[in-house]
Amino acid sequence: MRCDLAVIGAGPAGLAAATRAAEAGLAVELFDEQPAPGGQIYRAVESVPAARRALLGPDYAAGAELAAAFRASGAGYRPGALVWNVDSTLDIDFSQGGRSRQCRARALVVATGALERPTPLPGWTLPGVTTAGALQILLKAHGCVPSEGAILAGSGPLLLLLADQLTRAGAPPRAVVETVPRGRLLEAARHLPAALGAPGYLAKGLRMIRALRRAGVPLHRHATDLVIEGREQAEALSFTAGGRRHRIESGLVALHQGVVPNQQVTRLLRCAHRWSDSQRCFLPVLDPWFESSVEKVFVAGDGAGIGGAASAALRGRLAALGVLRRFGALDGAALEQEAGGLRRRLVRDGAVRPLLEALYAPSAQVLAPADETLVCRCEEVTAGQIRQAVRLGCPGPNQAKSFLRCGMGPCQGRMCGLAVTEIIAAERGEVPQTVDYYRIRPPLKPLPLIELASFEAAEDQPGDAPPDAPPDDRDAA
Amino acid sequence: MLTRLEDESEGAETGRQAPAQVIRFTFDGRPLTGRHGDSLAAALLASGVLRFRVSPVSGAPRGPFCLMGVCFECLVEIDGVGNLQACMVPLEEGMAVRTQGGGVRVVAGAAGTSEAS
Repeated sequence: MRCDLAVIGAGPAGLAAATRAAEAGLAVELFDEQPAPGGQIYRAVESVPAARRALLGPDYAAGAELAAAFRASGAGYRPGALVWNVDSTLDIDFSQGGRSRQCRARALVVATGALERPTPLPGWTLPGVTTAGALQILLKAHGCVPSEGAILAGSGPLLLLLADQLTRAGAPPRAVVETVPRGRLLEAARHLPAALGAPGYLAKGLRMIRALRRAGVPLHRHATDLVIEGREQAEALSFTAGGRRHRIESGLVALHQGVVPNQQVTRLLRCAHRWSDSQRCFLPVLDPWFESSVEKVFVAGDGAGIGGAASAALRGRLAALGVLRRFGALDGAALEQEAGGLRRRLVRDGAVRPLLEALYAPSAQVLAPADETLVCRCEEVTAGQIRQAVRLGCPGPNQAKSFLRCGMGPCQGRMCGLAVTEIIAAERGEVPQTVDYYRIRPPLKPLPLIELASFEAAEDQPGDAPPDAPPDDRDAA
Repeated sequence: MLTRLEDESEGAETGRQAPAQVIRFTFDGRPLTGRHGDSLAAALLASGVLRFRVSPVSGAPRGPFCLMGVCFECLVEIDGVGNLQACMVPLEEGMAVRTQGGGVRVVAGAAGTSEAS
């Protein structure tokens, strides 16, 4: 199986990239783990009932157009497909329907989006504690809402959006507990004039806050020292705010500290990454066409740095243009003109980001969990054990694996990686860039041995197209 | 814990939405139901199940955290196959799902068993 362009991820960036490249005549294969297009932001957007679509709002509904354009584009689509390895020659190993195969691509767009920043705090491993994104997925994809009022705790626009959506769905949260430190709004205010240039975001935020107030959802600001209580499952959240200790009972607590790029594929490919102080995470190093330090590997969407859904789609199209430029498949002047338009819209849409990044940056306390707090959920390694390992000479996350096994459980560091980097950096008095991140190795997710045993490499697949086949000669598998 | 929005049962809003199809499955032998289009994790959560596995390190109870395939907290055993992410598996009729015991059960069980952990 071969293609001109492989795209990983069917969120806004992946859909837009695949659509644009297919429109230009490239043979495109889009791989996505989910059963339907949309990614997490537009999850279930093709099948959602009208009433639910209405309460999720027009920004969500906009995803339907992207999905429809992709469906009409002629791009190959592989839903339910897990890409578990990519090498630098762009042989893509994927598992679909219980079988693993290989697709040889001439270029790759990584559009694997974002995941939530790790939020280690006491009790965060108890059943009933989820990410804010998880509650939103239950609402979007499954029409399920908390029956007793969830507690939403942390920092970031998603917390307010989710609170608003749950309220509109008739399941208002019991409380919203914000960890944004006092004085942060004033610090962030210098970005306000620029943010006003972005279309609609601030108005939407203010509207959500007003709606929550009207609905009577208690909003606790500047909360610190969050503890989730419970033995077999979550029972209550306690925290300090307004000079006193609060305790709110609920069996569902949703945590959020913003989102960060999902770097598993770009790390696997050994793309260069740099630390971003404003986003407080690593970003792949990209050129203006979103090409990474590894030739013909492009990164679009939130995986290139958090920019939200609208920017993700714009970046996806730009990355596709970058691929077409690489292949010489589009006339130079037309390409520059289209790219110029996209770049201007990208600048405008991104204008709100500096304000959001400054306002919702994780607090010092969030970045420095107490010694007894579990950081690596899989292997149950505490912040104190990591600091102890540093005092014994452990210089970074990869050595911490040997000391403690942190990052070596089934999630392969997805849930602890950034927290481990931050804790080691703080303890050593170094910057995260120096301390670096886990080295990611294949398979990206655990696979049954039988799949590896019956694995079909690209050249072994019967009926496969020769390497110099015309772009419209699709895979026969 | 969780309830379904009414749009599901009415299903008349879009005009083309048939009433959601009920799918039967079991969890640790207990008969449960979910809806067509559910992930296994969503069906379990909607049935009031929060504890999906126990930690192989401490035996502590765990349940879904991210529901998008990254945290691996929702690992369960489906029809005898372990280590499956319940949030990534579409619910199917007749699935026999079990709590994942992890390494604890391997150690506790007879030596030399081939059970995956």
